[in-house]
Amino acid sequence: MSVIVKIKKKFSFLFKWFTKKDRMKIGIYGPPNAGKTTLANRILRDWTGDIMGSVSDVPHETRRARLREGVKIEVDGKSVMLDIVDTPGLATKIDFHEFMKFGMSEEEAKRRAKEATEGVIEAIKWLDDLDGVLMVMDATEDPYTQVNVTIVGNIEARGLPLLIVANKIDLPNASPARIRAAFPQHPVVPISALKGLNIDTLYREIAERFG
Amino acid sequence: MEGVQLNLISKDRLDKMASMEKIRMILEEVKRGKIVVLESGLTPEEEAKLIELTMLEIDHDKFVGIEVESYPQKSKGFFGKIFGSGGGRLTVIGPANRLKTLQKSDEFIEALVSLGR
Repeated sequence: MSVIVKIKKKFSFLFKWFTKKDRMKIGIYGPPNAGKTTLANRILRDWTGDIMGSVSDVPHETRRARLREGVKIEVDGKSVMLDIVDTPGLATKIDFHEFMKFGMSEEEAKRRAKEATEGVIEAIKWLDDLDGVLMVMDATEDPYTQVNVTIVGNIEARGLPLLIVANKIDLPNASPARIRAAFPQHPVVPISALKGLNIDTLYREIAERFG
Repeated sequence: MEGVQLNLISKDRLDKMASMEKIRMILEEVKRGKIVVLESGLTPEEEAKLIELTMLEIDHDKFVGIEVESYPQKSKGFFGKIFGSGGGRLTVIGPANRLKTLQKSDEFIEALVSLGR
């Protein structure tokens, strides 16, 4: 990495603090099946009446990043204009046998696995073009995964504002406290993107953090 | 003797290597079925690059990806962000079909290494 790029990255958090944009490009990140597209659909349905894409129980349903521009969120007289990028789930391994457990043929499963690997690469590339990140974690799962650690580390290294969304609080074994304990340096908002639970608090935090 | 080969790489050796050199070395060893232990780990950017290159190497038959075990980065604060070196913490990397995380917290990692492929 060149010295100029290193210096730019090192001071990016200061630079961004002084140069807030009118329109923020926000990436929705997280591991597969954390509820990223469900959250993107919830936000779009609430503020534009549209949806971002299809959701599924099969991991890696989103295998291409999707961009929706000009989503205006208004809360308590404060508004923020967002371009929202719904990214494919990040993973360190992709085994096509996992997809076959959902009834797919070997050919179909291998194709999905190949597309999923491309999606992971695309999601990582997007990190360089964002102004902030909504990191979605499944509150019923252990938050100390390598994917979570790597994404949070990269967002911190780039000096991007980060909001952690502890999703699926409608499920009985959800524990947003576990996520707070794992990443105490970042704000954590517990929600259910599917049921819309606590979603107004998330919009308030988005307006506060990215506005 | 049958077993799993562990490569323990010191911080001194890692410090002498360029990012891509480190990542290529890790991937080559892991693809051969070895477990790589890095004394000082990788930076978050290197971890992301490692995932990216891993995705390119997945062949869906012999190599399905990697398992990485490392601790979260410690918060650096204002001056740490400016003057900090950005080095990572102890990291263990292995083939996904051999290395499995059992339990993980910010100070403790329990993992299982299997002999079979």
